[in-house]
Amino acid sequence: MTLSLETDIALTVNGAPVRARVQARTHLVDFLRDELGLTGSHAGCEHGVCGACTIRVDGLAVRGCLVLAASLDGSTVDTIEGLHDSGAIADLQEHFHVRNALQCGFCTAGMLVSAHELLQSDPTPTRDAIRAHMSGNYCRCTGYQAIVDAIEATARARHPA
Amino acid sequence: MTLTVSDRPNSYIGRSVPRPNARRLLRGQGRYVDDVALPRMLHAAFVRSPYAHAAIGTIDITAASAMPGVLRVLTAADLAPVCTPWVGTLAHFTGLRSAPQHPLAPDRATWQGEAVAMVLAATRAQAEDAAALVLVDWQELPPLPGPEAALEAPALFPELGNNLAFTRALDVGDGSAAFADPTHVVVEQRFLTGRHTGVTLEPRAILADWRDDQLTVHMSHQAPHMMKEIFARHLALPETQVRVVCGDVGGSFGIKVHTYPDEMAAVAAARLLGRPVKFVADRLESFLTDIHCRDHQVDARLAVAPDGTIRALEIDDLTGIGPYSVYPRTSAVEGNQVVNLTGSWYRVPAYKARLRVALQTRTPTCQYRGVGHPIAVAVTEGLMDLAAHRLGLDPAEIRRRNLIADDAYPHTAPSGLRFEKLSLQASFEKLLTLMDYDGQRRLQAKARAEGRHLGIGLACFVELSNPGPAFYGIGGAPISAQDGCTLRLDPGGTVTASISVTEQGQGTEAIIAQVVADRLSIPLEHVRIVTGDTERTPYGGGTWASRGAGIGGEAALLAAGALEANILELAAAVLQTTPDALRLGDGHVTDPDGAPRMALSDIGRIAYFRGDTLPPGVQPELTVTRHYMPRDYPFAFTNGAQASLVELDPDTGFVTLLRHWVVEDCGTILNPMLVDEQIRGGVAQGIGAALYEECLYDEHGQLQTGTMADYLVPMFDSLPDIDIAHIETRTETSTLGAKGAGEAGTAGAPAAVMNAINDALRPLGAHIAQQPATPERILRALGKV
Repeated sequence: MTLSLETDIALTVNGAPVRARVQARTHLVDFLRDELGLTGSHAGCEHGVCGACTIRVDGLAVRGCLVLAASLDGSTVDTIEGLHDSGAIADLQEHFHVRNALQCGFCTAGMLVSAHELLQSDPTPTRDAIRAHMSGNYCRCTGYQAIVDAIEATARARHPA
Repeated sequence: MTLTVSDRPNSYIGRSVPRPNARRLLRGQGRYVDDVALPRMLHAAFVRSPYAHAAIGTIDITAASAMPGVLRVLTAADLAPVCTPWVGTLAHFTGLRSAPQHPLAPDRATWQGEAVAMVLAATRAQAEDAAALVLVDWQELPPLPGPEAALEAPALFPELGNNLAFTRALDVGDGSAAFADPTHVVVEQRFLTGRHTGVTLEPRAILADWRDDQLTVHMSHQAPHMMKEIFARHLALPETQVRVVCGDVGGSFGIKVHTYPDEMAAVAAARLLGRPVKFVADRLESFLTDIHCRDHQVDARLAVAPDGTIRALEIDDLTGIGPYSVYPRTSAVEGNQVVNLTGSWYRVPAYKARLRVALQTRTPTCQYRGVGHPIAVAVTEGLMDLAAHRLGLDPAEIRRRNLIADDAYPHTAPSGLRFEKLSLQASFEKLLTLMDYDGQRRLQAKARAEGRHLGIGLACFVELSNPGPAFYGIGGAPISAQDGCTLRLDPGGTVTASISVTEQGQGTEAIIAQVVADRLSIPLEHVRIVTGDTERTPYGGGTWASRGAGIGGEAALLAAGALEANILELAAAVLQTTPDALRLGDGHVTDPDGAPRMALSDIGRIAYFRGDTLPPGVQPELTVTRHYMPRDYPFAFTNGAQASLVELDPDTGFVTLLRHWVVEDCGTILNPMLVDEQIRGGVAQGIGAALYEECLYDEHGQLQTGTMADYLVPMFDSLPDIDIAHIETRTETSTLGAKGAGEAGTAGAPAAVMNAINDALRPLGAHIAQQPATPERILRALGKV
C-alpha cells in the first residue's frame, strides 16, 4: 500500500502565495486547517452535503471536503479569514450579527461564502431565491429565517429600492 | 411620551441587543476544540464494532502498530488501570438497572459502532490507516432489535436477568369507570415516535492534555463541571488536578451533555501516555455513537364526555434505549417525562400510565432537546383531535373546554407535576388570533374546493425549565442545580463576570452581560463574560434543560446586586454619606435624583490603588460571588401553543409546511430576539422529527442512516418563516422571573405538524400516527403503496 503519493502545488490563499507539498488524498478543508492554520473553515459532514466547509476557489463557492488540495495548483482560494480581512463581506457580516443569523457559528463561514456568491450573481434576490440558493448550506441552530433576513437586508442596503 | 424604567441609561433587560461574542464567529475566529493544537499531540482513531452484537476474540494489533506515525494501539486491558467503569443509574429511579460501561468494550460489543480499540498516531489520517489494519476476531451474536422483541429475548447482560431496564406505573383517579361509561366517547391510537439524533454540525470533539500532574481537557460539551467531576472520579484524581475547558461549541442540543466512552478513552490515553490526545468524531461516528433519542411506542386512549371534557387518559409507553443507560443522566428520563407530562396541561380527572424501558443492541439513547415533551405533546394533542373529530367539535373548541384555567394556579397535574402559574388559555387564544384561525379554515375550504389538500394542526403544551436539585442531584449524579456568578469591578470601571452556565450559541453570554449591565447601569460593552472553564468560573451545572437564563441569569442578578451594595458602601465612605443616599446610574455613583457623584472608574482607582485615602477600617470588596438554585418548585414550567399549516400532495405523499405559528410564555424575556431565535431553532428540530429525521436500522441492527445524505434534516427550503408571539408570566421563584425558552419549540412543533397532516388526510379517509411522517408512510396510510 502506498500512502505517500504527494504533489507540489503553488496557489494563492487569501491574496498571499503559498507553496506546499500535499498528499494526494488531502482535502482542501483539511489542507487549510491543518497545514495553513486557517481554522475558520469547518468540516461538518465530509460528504459534500452540509456546506459548512464552503470555500471560494477561483471566485466560486466549492465544498472544501470534496475538493482535493492537489488539484488546486494555480488556483486562488479565499477563506473566511481572507474575506473578513479584505472587508469584502463586511456588510454581510454586520447584518448577520445584528439579526443574530448565527448561533453556534459552526456553519457560519460556509453561509457567508454562499451568501456572498448569491449576492454577486443575483444582487436583489427574493426570499425564495435566497432559500433556493442557500439550500446546500445546513444550519442546525437557527431554523434559517434569520439568515434569510440578514441576506435580504444586505441586498436591500446595497441596492435601495 | 412617558419614560419608563427601561428608558433609563444602560437598560438592557428586555432589549434585542446582538450577541457581542458572535462577532468572532462571523470572522472565522471561533475556537472550537479541533482548532486547538498542542505540542506532541496525538490523534485518536477508533476501531469500532461492525456488528450490533458480537463477542470480541483476540485483537491483533501487530500490523497496525507497525504503520507510519503510530505510537500505540490500545485495547480495554490497557485502559483498565487508569479508568474505572461507570454505571448509568440514579438512586431515585427505583429499579433502574444498567451494566458497567468501559472506555473500550472488553469482551463484547453491544451496538454497531461501540469502540473496542484505539490507535494513537501523529495525524488522524495515519491513525485511521492503522485502525483499518487492527484485526479483531469477532464472533457475531444475535442482535436485540426493537424493544418489544428485546423484552422477550435472553438477557443482554446475564447479571441483569432480563432486558427490562426500568419500569414505572401510575394510576390516579377512577379511569376504568370513565372508560366503561357508555355515554363517554373513547378514542385510542398507537403513536410511534422515531429514533432520531442531534446532528450537531460540529461533531463531538475532545483534546485531553496530561502534563505536570495536571489533566486539562478541552471538550465540546455543555457541562464542564460535571465532566470535571466524572474525570476525577473515574481516573482517580483529586478534583484539583482536573480542569475542563469548553470553548466554542458547535451545537449541542443535549447531545453534548453526556459521558461518551470514546471521550473517556481519549482522556485515559492522555493520562496513560503523558501526551495530549485529540479525538474528533467524523460524521459516521456521530451517527453511530452520539446519543439517539425518542424511539417510543405509546398506546394511548382518551375518554371524553359528550361535551368534549376529558374524563380519563391512559398511556402505555415502550421504549428501547440501547445496551446501556447513559451516564450520569440515565436513559430512563425521557420515558419518565412522557409519563409525567402527557395530558398535564388539561384538566384530567383520571390518569393511568405505564412505562417500560428496554435494553437492545442499538446506539444508546439519552436526553436530547425537549426530552419526552415532543412525545407527550404529540400523543395528547393527537388524541384531542381524534376526540374532536368523533364528537364533531372544532379542534380549537375541544382544547378551550379542557385547558387548565389561567386563574386556577398553583395546579398539580395527576402525575404530581406542580405548575406555579401558566397562561394556557391566554396563549391559546393569542395563537388563534395570531394565525387568524378562522381565516385559515376559510383558506383551507377554498383550497379543497380547488382540489388542494391543506391541513391545519394545533398543539398546546407545557415545557419544563429551571430544574432544581430533585431532577438529578437527588439521585446521586454530579449534576449541579445551582449556578454561580462572580463579578469583579476592574480599576477602570468595567466589570468581568465569570459564570458557570455555558454558551453553545443560544446567547448565554449576551443575556448574562445584559443582566449585569442593566443592574449596574453600565454600558453592555463594559461587561466581559468568562464561561466554560472549571478553573475560571464558580461551580455550576452548565447549560441544559432550558436553565441558562432562569438560573444563570438570576445568579448574575444577585451578584450584581451584591456588587452594587459594596460599591455604594465604599462610595459612601469616600463621600461621607450613607449607602442608602446613593444609587448607580450610567457608569456612576449618583444621588437619588441621578446627579453623578463619582465615576465607577474612580471607585476602582481608589479601591485598588489609593487605599491610603480611605477612612480607617474600610476594606473595599469589589469582587463578589452569588449563587442561585431554584427550590420552591422542582421545575419552572413554561407553556405555549403552536399551529401548522401544511399542504399535502396525495399522489406523492409529500408534505409542504406552508406556515407555522408559535405563542410562547417563558416568563420575563431578557432578549426578545434571542428568545425568538431559540424558539425558531427548536421548532426546526421539531419539524425535522415530524417530517424527516430517523435513525433507521435493518434486521441485523445495522444503522442505515450513517451520512447526512441518508439522514435528512430541515434545509433552507423545507422551512417557512415562523411567526412568534409572547405572553410573559414571570416566575415568582426568582427576582428576574425568567423561565427557559430553549426547548419549547421542539416540544410543540411535531404535534402541530402531525395534526395538520391528519387534518389534510381526514377527507381522504386516512390517518397517520408515526413520526417522521415520510412520503412513503403517508402513501401507505392512503393505501397507495
